[in-house]
Parts: sequence; structure tokens; C-alpha cells
Amino acid sequence: MKAFAQLFLSLDETNKTNEKVKVLKDYLNCVPDSDKMHMLALFTGRKPKRVINATQIRTWANVVTGIPVWLFEESYHIVGDLAETMALLLPQNTVSNSEKTLTDWIAELNTLGKKTEEERKLWLTDAWAILDTQERFVFNKLLTGSFRVGVSQNLVIKALADISGLDAATLTHRIMGNWMPETYSYEQLTQKGDASDDVSRPYPFFLAYPIQETSDKQKSADELKVTLGDAAEWQAEWKWDGIRAQMIKRDGQIFIWSRGEDLATEKFPELHPFLNALPDGTVIDGEILSFRDGAPLPFNILQTRIGRKNISKKILEESPVAVIAYDCLEYNGEDIRYKTQSERRVLLEELQQATPQSEIFRISALINFNSWDELATIRDQSRAMVAEGIMLKRKSATYQVGRRRGDWWKWKIDPLSVDAVMVYAQKGHGRRADLYTDYTFAVWDGDKLVPFAKAYSGLTDAEINKVDYFVKRNTLEKFGPVRTVKPELVFEIGFEGINRSTRHKSGIALRFPRILRWRHDKPKEEADTLENLRRLLGD
Amino acid sequence: MAKKPLIEFTDNGIYCPQGQFYIDPWKPVDDAVITHAHSDHARWGSKRYLAHRLSREVLLYRLGEISLETIEYGEKVYKNGVEISLFPAGHVIGSAQVRVEYKGEVWVISGDYKTEDDGVCAPFEPVRCHHFISESTFGMPVFQWKPQQQLFDDMNNWWRSNAANNVATVVVGYSLGKAQRILQNLDQSIGKVYTHGVIENTNEALRRNGIILNETHRITPETSKEEVRKGIILAPPSSVGTPWMRRFQPYSFGYCSGWMALRGAKRRRAADRGFVLSDHADWNGLISAIDATGCEKVYLTHGYTAPFARYLTEIGFDAHEVHTLFGDDEATNVAPQEEEIVEEVGGTA
Repeated sequence: MKAFAQLFLSLDETNKTNEKVKVLKDYLNCVPDSDKMHMLALFTGRKPKRVINATQIRTWANVVTGIPVWLFEESYHIVGDLAETMALLLPQNTVSNSEKTLTDWIAELNTLGKKTEEERKLWLTDAWAILDTQERFVFNKLLTGSFRVGVSQNLVIKALADISGLDAATLTHRIMGNWMPETYSYEQLTQKGDASDDVSRPYPFFLAYPIQETSDKQKSADELKVTLGDAAEWQAEWKWDGIRAQMIKRDGQIFIWSRGEDLATEKFPELHPFLNALPDGTVIDGEILSFRDGAPLPFNILQTRIGRKNISKKILEESPVAVIAYDCLEYNGEDIRYKTQSERRVLLEELQQATPQSEIFRISALINFNSWDELATIRDQSRAMVAEGIMLKRKSATYQVGRRRGDWWKWKIDPLSVDAVMVYAQKGHGRRADLYTDYTFAVWDGDKLVPFAKAYSGLTDAEINKVDYFVKRNTLEKFGPVRTVKPELVFEIGFEGINRSTRHKSGIALRFPRILRWRHDKPKEEADTLENLRRLLGD
Repeated sequence: MAKKPLIEFTDNGIYCPQGQFYIDPWKPVDDAVITHAHSDHARWGSKRYLAHRLSREVLLYRLGEISLETIEYGEKVYKNGVEISLFPAGHVIGSAQVRVEYKGEVWVISGDYKTEDDGVCAPFEPVRCHHFISESTFGMPVFQWKPQQQLFDDMNNWWRSNAANNVATVVVGYSLGKAQRILQNLDQSIGKVYTHGVIENTNEALRRNGIILNETHRITPETSKEEVRKGIILAPPSSVGTPWMRRFQPYSFGYCSGWMALRGAKRRRAADRGFVLSDHADWNGLISAIDATGCEKVYLTHGYTAPFARYLTEIGFDAHEVHTLFGDDEATNVAPQEEEIVEEVGGTA
């Protein structure tokens, strides 16, 4: 565990990519293989099972610290991270007395499920007593299952590639999907040969790069021509707003993977018949959307299904799904990612034409266009198509790994926007701990301000410092961590979509709200009204 | 008629109406008693200043030609029958707690203080009083400092390994206090100590005041990059990310502050190393210091005043929050800014 704690500390202490890779390699080189796999699992979002619930951990830690509950809570608001708060508040332990490895600790953790509450408590307090502050911090992270380390998967892969001598694409593929550090060994991960040993394993997703970095700088058709060249070399499709998914049929079994590498097969029973009808050795990339009468429904309809454990009959009726397929990665058992976009498209069309379920297995239609100007005009219809904009794919492109510049671009439409007044503020977490960074915004309804959206991102660090300064001097009331702020600051809030909602006081829900800019020039009286927002609902 | 309190909190600062003087006023007044020479406590524009002898040269350097009287710790001066004396606060060289007595009533204004003996300035001395005005910059239990020896061992090891890898070492800390504390604890056998002009000016002021400091080398445009590679550079917070610092690349930069105890604050600073080194008392230090005064009432001036006052009340103290302009109600982001203002005041390099 010492090495793992040190890894965390060292990663925090540098912003330089090369240095981070070096730190990762130092760690990998000095720990046993089982620890390597545990680290890899944790750093690629494979959280350990939560065996003790967070409230219990927090309560027991509070008891050991001997401070009042409210002070423990206040401390948490300052630190912004529960694992760290507990590590700091527990009695100081400057010497670590434990030689247990990361693997040892996780193994012990996994046996707790069978223990009594009293035994768990004892195990936990004993562990806290022998670990130093930094080890305690990562240990608490294991317990609370929230690992955000500021290291991208790409960096971990790079370090691993350097050490194992395998190329990054192969490794990226091999760590996809469903594996447990307890059963997947470092030797298996780094063996020679291909990665086809697991029938469920998905391919790494190819992700598009935004063609415009910010909404301020619109790309004109002329600029597209300069950047992308001849329009004839490109294929265009609508950019669908659903769940990106990879669908696999191998050895008579089907698997549906979401982009977050969650196995979601059981969440979409409507898709099973068409998948089962596919020939073995087929992998399709596409978007899952709610559909009714042959037309896609807005994302919020699909959202009602996400996160549900049981897909009830009611949900299936209210939010039926279908797939818009746009790529084929495996055909006849062969990995065809090396083929061109156009070649893969032909095979995808072939598969789609053969399906008995063409209402469910749909294909993303190609947009006909002869010039960038023409495409720019077509793009203006995105909202009517329930699309987020346009996808551009180079006809000669292979299917690559991860987000790459060059062959796949997304050309999104401008967000909708309103000017709103900040009314509540709350402290952030992680890098933004102890700073007011999370805001609630309101618009006018007559002479009242009605909260309608929360947004966390979009301001620069310097602006955040200024807003933080304002919040601390203009607090009207405190409700736990939330402060009611004097309504004064006006911000332009951008969002991708707007829908009716019964769960919000304002009666509306926004998709992807974020701060576009601070409107220093606008007094609060000139912020938008709820009526303006309702008009955007389009009725 | 109710007795008028000996000390009041006014718009100009902490005031003694009977003695007609202020302690660390934030607006120009006639008579100002100064706890220490940091810019949020020693402000420009008052007619007469009273401070500790070891603050003399730094105050003159920072505030220019002022009318300044200095005294020793324990020495007594009187203003309109009010007895004023200074006691060590252990914060920086020359820092003092101000003891004010009139007709048997004793108030102590702490200024900034720390309870650990740093070996550089006179160690904090608890003073018995009826009313204690205490800072509370780090008045939350998540702030618990390690003994400084451990931190300086870490710092020296880090310097040694940088020097071995031919990477320059830059340590960032406040130019009055932290810089000297670091300087006196560096292992001089590793290499030479180089200083940013702002820090060296402060060092020179302290040396004029008779303080013996380890050898330093002021960085000038002529200082060669290769020369400093084996050494360590002491730099003020305002120099972070400036061309002045960039010219020493490749370098590893360490930031020294109590805020480095929090991972979020540390990541915002984007330092290669964060050393949890503070010249303020930590949670336990504050409580033991307040307890040692035997005071009837304690007033908290800056930092986490609200939760700290609540906690002190719960464990039996009569504690009150006071709003001042020393810091902020939540000082995380103010501390670095405040340090930078100081550097501008002193900035000649």
C-alpha cells in the first residue's frame, strides 16, 4: 500500500505528462503483478465493490476523531472529499506500520461482506490505526469507491506499453470490457498474440474531435474547406443524441456495451431479437435512442430508462428504444477496423438489409451534399431532426482508438442560451474544494426569480476566484453547504435541449447546462424570463 | 453606566479608547501598535508606530520613512495611563502579541502566531489575560502540522535529488518569515542558497537589525543558469510562473504553505511539491494557546472564525467572532493573494 499511496502523491505533484508516465512506470516496476492489475482496474474506473456503506464509514471515523458531528461536516465542506477529510481528521500517525500490499488490502476488503457489523468496524479502526495519513487517504478512497486521479487512461496505457513492449492500441483493446483484477492476470494482459480470448470484449471506441473548440468561434463553410479539404472525400451523417453503444454477437451470445464500458445488455431487451439474428462474429457501433413512430425522441425520454435496475413494462411502453447503426467493426469474425470507412459502410448496409427487424436495427442515413456551403445549410435543420449537429467521417478513414484529430469530426449546432441570475452557490470538490464553484441560476417569473438550472463549468479559474469572493461577501442565508447569494451576477447559460419536467419547480429541465460567459454588462433586471424559456419548448 | 470596554472593534481596526491607540489599524490613524511587519497588519499612513525592535528595519524598508518607536519583549510603555507591552508570538522575526493593561484589566491581541518553536524567531509565549483576541486562520481540525524537522528533511532530500539530476530547485514562500525559516533549515552542504531580490531585500533589512542569517546569493541578471542548477532558489509567491522563474528551467518548484495540507488547494497551486509549512498555529496549537491564557473571553479575528467559535463555546470557552480586515471569513484563497500584495509593496527586483 505504501507504493500505491506514493503513486497518488507523486501524480498529484506534477502536471507534466512525461513525468506522470514516469511516475506510473516507477510504480509498475516496483510492485507485484497482482498490484499492477489492481491499480489498472482502479485507474480505468473499475471500482472495488462497496462492502461498507459510506454513512457507516463516516460515522465510525467521526467517533474515532472525537469531534462533534457538525464539525466533521464543516471539515468535509472545506476539504471537499470525504476520503481526504477522514484521513486528515483521524489522529495523526506519522509512521506507517503496515507492509500489506494493495492486493492484500483489497482481498481483506472483499471478505468483509460476510462479516458482522462489529467485525467490520473493528477491521476498519485497526486499519486506520496502522496507516499513515497518505495511505489512509488512498485506503479511504478504496472504501468509498471514488477514484479520480487526474490521470487519463491513455497515460496509464502508455506507461504499460513502455514496460510490456506491447503497442498501445492492443493494450487499450485488452483492458476493455468485463474483467476483474482477481482473475485477469498481468501475464494474460501482456501475452503475445491477439486480444480475442474473451467473446464479450468490445473494441475501443473511436471518438470524434469537435471541429469548433468553443461556441464563440463558429466555423464557416470556407474554414471547413481549408481544414478538411474537398467535400467529396467526406461522408456526413446526423449526430444523434443517445447512448453510444457497441453491440456484439459472438458464439451465439450477445453483448451491449455503453461508452463508459458498462455492460448494458439487460437494459435494452428490445434489441435482443435483432442481435440474436445477426451472424456470429459481428460487432456494430451505433447510437441507442428512444424511438416512436419511426422518429427519435428527445434524450430526456431515454434518460428515464438509464439508471433503472428493472426495466418495467411501463418503461418499455413509454420509452421504446432502437439503434441507429453507423459502423461495423467485426464482420464474419474478422476485425475489420483496418478497412476504410466506405468499405465498412458497405458491410454495415449488407447486415442491415438482412435484418428482419429494420424498425429496431436502423442505419444512420448518409447526408447528400456537394459542397461545405450546402452542408452548412443542412446543418441548420439539426434541431428538427432531433440531432445535435453533423458528424463528418473521412471516406478513407480506418476505425481508430480513442479521440483523435483528423478523420472523425463532430460539427455541433450552437447551444441555446439564456441570461440568468445566480441565486445559490455551493463549494466544489477535488481541485475546486473550498471554492464556491457550483451555482444555481434563476430567471424572472413576474417579479420573482425562479431557479431553473445548475451549472458547474464554463468559467476560468480567475473568474471562479472572483465569483467566490463575491459569494463570501454577499451571502444572505446558509443552508448546510448551500449559500443563498444576493441576486446580482448575470451569466449566459448555454444548453443543448429543453424539456418539460414535473420534477423541477420551474417546470422545465435543461440538457447539458453550462456557463457560456459572465455578463458583466447586464444588470439582473435584464435577465431572461421563464416565459422566454417556455417559448423554447416549442409550443 | 456600563463600563466602557478597554478594547473596541472599530472601522479603523482594534482600538483602545482610554490609551487612544490602535493595534494593526487598516486605516491611517495617529498611533498604531504593530504586531508584525506583514502588509495586512502593518499598513502605511499612520502618524506614529510602535513595534518590536526586530521589526524595525523591515518596517522602514516596507513603509518608508515613518515615525517608529521600538521596544523589547516585556518592556513597558504607557499611553494615557494604559500599559502596553509586547510578548513573542513566534510568527516571524519581530512578531509580537500586544498586552494592554488598565486598572487591572488585561487584554492580549495575538496578531498572527504559531506555537511550534521554529528556531529562528523568539518562540510563542502564552500571556495570562482576561480577554484574548486570537487569529484563527487554520481554526479547523483538518489542519494539524507535522514537526518542522520532518518537513525540512523532506525538503533537503528533494533538493539533493534535484541537484543530482541537474534540475534547479525553487522554493516558494513568503519573503518575511517563511524565507528565513527555510534558509536557516536548509542543509548547506548540498549547495548554495540563491534568493529573489524581494527576499534578499528583506534578508538585508533583518541583517541590519542584527539578525545572523545563513549565507545567501542574490540572483541578478548576471547569475548563470548553470550555477544555480546545483543550488536552491528562494522565491516569493508573486514570482511563480513569471519569466524570471522560467529562465531557470528545468526546475522543480516547491510551495510552502499551511494550505498545502489540502489536496484541492495543492492541485490548484500546481506545485511539484507542496510543503505543509505554516507560520500560523494549527488546530491544536490554537486551542492550547487560547487555553494557556486563562482568558474569560476569546475573540476570533480571521480564518474559520464561525466554526471555531462554535467549537470553543461547546468546550466551555466564552468565544466570539469578530470581523476584521486581516484576512477573510474563509481564507483559503486570500492567503496567497495577500502574500502577493506584500511582494508588490516591497518589490524592487
